[in-house]
Amino acid sequence: MFDVKKIREMFPIYQNHPDLVYLDTGATSLKPKCVLDKMNEYYEKYGVNIHRGVYRLSYEATEAYDEAREKVSKFLNASFSEIVFKRNVSEALNFIALTYGEKYLKEGDVVITSELEHHSSVLPWMKLCERKKATLRYVKLNEEGRITIDAFKQALDENVKVVALTYVSNVMGYVTPIEEIIKLSHEVGAKVIVDAAQAVAHFKIDVKKLDCDFLAFSSHKMMGPTGVGVLYGKKEILEKLEPLEYGGDMNDEVCLDCVTVKDIPFRFETGTPAIAEVIGLGEAIDFIESLGFDNINEHCHTLHQYALDKLKDIKGIEIYNKTSELAILAFNIKGVHPHDASTIFDEANICLRAGHHCAQLITKWLGVVGTLRGSFYIYNDYNDVDKFVERVKECIEFFSQFEGENNE
Amino acid sequence: MNNIENLYRQVIMDHYKNPRNKGLKGYPHIHLKNPSCGDDITIEANIENGVIKEVRHNGQGCSICCSSASVLTEVLSGKTVDEAKDIINKYFSMMKGEKIEDEEELEEALVYEGVSKFPARIKCATISWKALEKLLNGEHDE
Repeated sequence: MFDVKKIREMFPIYQNHPDLVYLDTGATSLKPKCVLDKMNEYYEKYGVNIHRGVYRLSYEATEAYDEAREKVSKFLNASFSEIVFKRNVSEALNFIALTYGEKYLKEGDVVITSELEHHSSVLPWMKLCERKKATLRYVKLNEEGRITIDAFKQALDENVKVVALTYVSNVMGYVTPIEEIIKLSHEVGAKVIVDAAQAVAHFKIDVKKLDCDFLAFSSHKMMGPTGVGVLYGKKEILEKLEPLEYGGDMNDEVCLDCVTVKDIPFRFETGTPAIAEVIGLGEAIDFIESLGFDNINEHCHTLHQYALDKLKDIKGIEIYNKTSELAILAFNIKGVHPHDASTIFDEANICLRAGHHCAQLITKWLGVVGTLRGSFYIYNDYNDVDKFVERVKECIEFFSQFEGENNE
Repeated sequence: MNNIENLYRQVIMDHYKNPRNKGLKGYPHIHLKNPSCGDDITIEANIENGVIKEVRHNGQGCSICCSSASVLTEVLSGKTVDEAKDIINKYFSMMKGEKIEDEEELEEALVYEGVSKFPARIKCATISWKALEKLLNGEHDE
């Protein structure tokens, strides 16, 4: 376990909210001071545009920006040219559908996805399939709500050209057996797109080992700033793709009726990017690596087990993902709408997500109107879990006073 | 839990569990959703000669959302359009925590006074009222 007191000293939000019980890292993580300082350093010391000026400060900014891309590529075991910066995962995944999908998907082709997906992993393909008269096919989830190899094999055939799946479900916290899925998909010639938004803060991702064709994650879910999404694409695939957007910085030569574009990754990034945020992401990578994924996992796993243990004898709570690998609890207070319950937690400064978590398909699969979600990370401790469990009990008790005459 | 008890009053939970005037009859209606939380409410009104003869609701959502639709149907049935608009504005002012004159005109809807302390829940408490406001302004869904 981390010394959470020391960890919290690195997260300024706790100085402003000493009683904060933040259990919503699944939505976005808190940010350490080193990341904020790194961004400020850019603005204060060399805050000018990149790739443009030939003066020294601009060169310095460009260097820092490129260095961050280098860090991201090493972080994923990719190469520099395979890392494209977007605003977030949603934009990255849409980009893949609108470039790769638009170019290669044909009538009659099949795209495999699942009901565990975040909307941004499924909707770009749903809309593309409509336009292309292709088929969107869902892997059947098992009784726990997991994607299994058996079910995936059932869904896979020669018509499958794209597989778009989440690495870790943002509601259930399940880890998809993605490596095996990628192997099977490649056997039929399908490309695999991995939504790693929830995975990136929890374990080491090696795109070479996975052999995925595309992968996307967001900076803000791994203690980096908002506004930066990372798109990884295999070099040989990216090289064949046209830019989606044209404008400044992405072009090579422009004449009255022609334009040539830069090499990858630059041709996919037009306009001034989120320079400070990209540099901040580089710092977040250093920070997360200095903590170590093994330690992060051990910390989260310990809290998760502690929470499950304390909740197991409470009758008024329904937990939907007791076997989750990640420290995420998807649950409801029986008979209470998640938004009503959420307010009770909020009054105790406990931040939970409530609703469908941008993943309506799994909410519908569960047969509920929504769920509450508590997700734990390195800045949470036993005390947070205790407060949370106490509030679960109070919430159950509070709403029990209204039980009784119910004509609905 | 003082604020909480002020929010979840017995009357509110009673309207949630035993909604009045629920189910639609086919009068002109407005359907509003809050996709981020799943609140989904339809309000219909039978308005004749500037008087609201009947208001009904249907839908699903949290207790604040569903109960406030039920309360609305009781408070605003029988009012003239002008009276109703005035009460709706008072209700919206109350949500902002503003001092309102003649607050007794809000009748049972006064129990939602506590919502102003919960900014995240104001949307829940106002969705049905916004739907009726649209109907009173002559809008309706097909």
